[in-house]
Amino acid sequence: MLLQTAIYAVLAMIGLGLIFGFFISFANRKWAVEVDPRIHEVDEVLPKGQCGGCGYPGCMAYAEAVVTNPDVPPNLCAPGKEAVAQKVAEITGKKAVALETKIAFVRCSGTYGKAIRTGVYKGVKDCVSANILVGGDKGCTYGCLGYGTCVKVCMFDALKMSPEGIPVVNPDKCTGCGKCVTVCPRNIITLVKPEIMVKVNCNSRDKGAIVRKHCQAGCIGCGMCAKSCPYGAIVIDNFLAIVDHNICLEKCSDPVCMIKCPTKVLRPAIWGTVPGFEVKEEKV
Amino acid sequence: MLRRIKGGVHPHDEKKSTDDKKIAVLPLPKKLFVPVHQHIGQPSVPVVKAGDEVKKGQLIAESADGRGTPVHSPTSGKVTEIGNYPHPLYGKSPCVVIESDGLDQWQEGLLTDRSWEVLSAAEMIDIIFKNGIVGMGGAAFPTHIKLSPPKDKKIDTLIVNAAECEPYLTSDYRTMIEYADDVIKGTQIVMKILGVQKGFIGIENNKPKAISLMKEKCKGKKIEVVELETKYPQGAEKMMIKAILDKEVPSGKLPMDVGCAVQNVGSLKAVADAVEKNIPLIERVVTVTGRTVKNPVNVMAKVGTPFTELFDFCGGFRGANGKIIMGGPMMGMAQVSLDAVVVKATSGIVSIADNEVDLKEELACIRCGRCIDVCTMRLLPNVLSILSEKGQHQTAQTDYNLMDCVECGCCYYVCPSRRNIVHYIRQSKAKNAMLRNAIKTGSK
Repeated sequence: MLLQTAIYAVLAMIGLGLIFGFFISFANRKWAVEVDPRIHEVDEVLPKGQCGGCGYPGCMAYAEAVVTNPDVPPNLCAPGKEAVAQKVAEITGKKAVALETKIAFVRCSGTYGKAIRTGVYKGVKDCVSANILVGGDKGCTYGCLGYGTCVKVCMFDALKMSPEGIPVVNPDKCTGCGKCVTVCPRNIITLVKPEIMVKVNCNSRDKGAIVRKHCQAGCIGCGMCAKSCPYGAIVIDNFLAIVDHNICLEKCSDPVCMIKCPTKVLRPAIWGTVPGFEVKEEKV
Repeated sequence: MLRRIKGGVHPHDEKKSTDDKKIAVLPLPKKLFVPVHQHIGQPSVPVVKAGDEVKKGQLIAESADGRGTPVHSPTSGKVTEIGNYPHPLYGKSPCVVIESDGLDQWQEGLLTDRSWEVLSAAEMIDIIFKNGIVGMGGAAFPTHIKLSPPKDKKIDTLIVNAAECEPYLTSDYRTMIEYADDVIKGTQIVMKILGVQKGFIGIENNKPKAISLMKEKCKGKKIEVVELETKYPQGAEKMMIKAILDKEVPSGKLPMDVGCAVQNVGSLKAVADAVEKNIPLIERVVTVTGRTVKNPVNVMAKVGTPFTELFDFCGGFRGANGKIIMGGPMMGMAQVSLDAVVVKATSGIVSIADNEVDLKEELACIRCGRCIDVCTMRLLPNVLSILSEKGQHQTAQTDYNLMDCVECGCCYYVCPSRRNIVHYIRQSKAKNAMLRNAIKTGSK
């Protein structure tokens, strides 16, 4: 009796399996969706960081877009750099365009000792949250709040919060995906070419006197750099120095502006070399 | 029978220090910093420039997109500058700086004497819009928008919010006592505008004087005074509707969806002034109080008055300050600078002594569920805060009704782990808004 029941059950399951199996194989032939095999090939090539730096939600979405849409350039994957762009161009048959390597750059030098804090912040440790509360606890309304939202969002471990309260970029790890740029509530982080020397380490568009009141290390818009630059690469816009990096790279070999700058806002800001920005090596 | 709500907390009301003090008039400040950003949405655009002479009540800023409200000059004098100055709610915000000439001269055409009974509803809404009336309970939502609901929403009841459930504050209470006729008149005006037949005034039972006075004034009118249990957040508009009409505003809907309009007493006084006398909203009753203030007062302060002037008027501080809060201590905003100014939404300024402030770090949620017990919106504040901490802001919105939170702060008040629950919820709201904007503008 028991054996019979078991046999019936097994037969019934096999029968159902066969019916559904035939149906699925039939459906697979009859209503198959044509997928361009190149999409999977591109997806294989991409680094699968799912960072979204290309502007698409994930690597697969970009692979689909770059294969199906002829207007999507093959060099959007910033973490993949040159090699991936080449391969994607090969697969899609698009023209390989040179990829500009860029890395994130934090435009603020208002460390704890230099920039004043106007209040005690006892909220959620997150820059967006701090910013919605009366604009955060920093005197400067343009400066870095230092709660590390960008550090948390970086999936390549390229951003570290220095003990001085300003995030530092590791150029070896930064892929230029731009994720930190989008989350920063004060738009402090930008993407720049890594070889650039002269960078403005300030984002404040306040008048010089107000900047001085809030921060010892801010750009006061004095114009010394603009006057000293022989190539006219620097302009002062809204009390903030703006550097045209193309002119800098092409013509200038000995930047005088960095020496002239009274608050030393113009400086290279290289990982581990700038005073106050040293980050200790983590123990493995 | 006392009408009550589920949940809520009972903080010490601390109203004794100011509730029997008459509304004093602040001496004219030398300089006024009038913010053009009075409520959420686009800031208004200044229509005066530096060097212009302005009169009291003159238009100085206009709405940029038609949804905001205009701002008027609180006194006569000269515009010296339009620049960024501390704002109690938005950090630094553009202000029109007016140097007073000490004469306080009204602009011509104001201080009329007309009767509201002869004006039509549309005319009165226009008057309310032009005089820059906003909700004076704390959110400063433009009143003309509240009074012109879409055609398909039929409003049948007006509720006057006189609960003033926030501890310390007595500005609404004093307004009711000293401007009772104006408040009733304002109620009648709004009832006429909305075409409603029934009005309620909801007052918490810790203000017996106001209840008896209002009952006496409402005799023979279609307004009923309702005594409410003293409980925070009784004065949230959805709670008022629940307590008085026993109707619940559905999730994601507005009071107009259940046929209600809720107005604060302060705004009704302003409405009455605007409609009858054509006086724009340029000053309001502010309660300046707290344990460290020498002489707590209720004061009629002009919009744009720096907080320092108000504290000077109170005789300064005694003892060390922990923090200064604009608004009530439960929902108000802690200030980073005493240079911040009175705005249309400033119902009070409360100073908290340093030994009353708890600056300890928050701990992990222990799932005790106290926040769920006190949540008047029947949400799960503990889950919302954990989701926000983990960055799952979308889940909070889709599965846990994040947007229904009114940010009353009861959950934070009872939390034994001192978690910043309201702040977590606000963070989720802000991040979801950022995401929505990003999708709308099509950027990455």
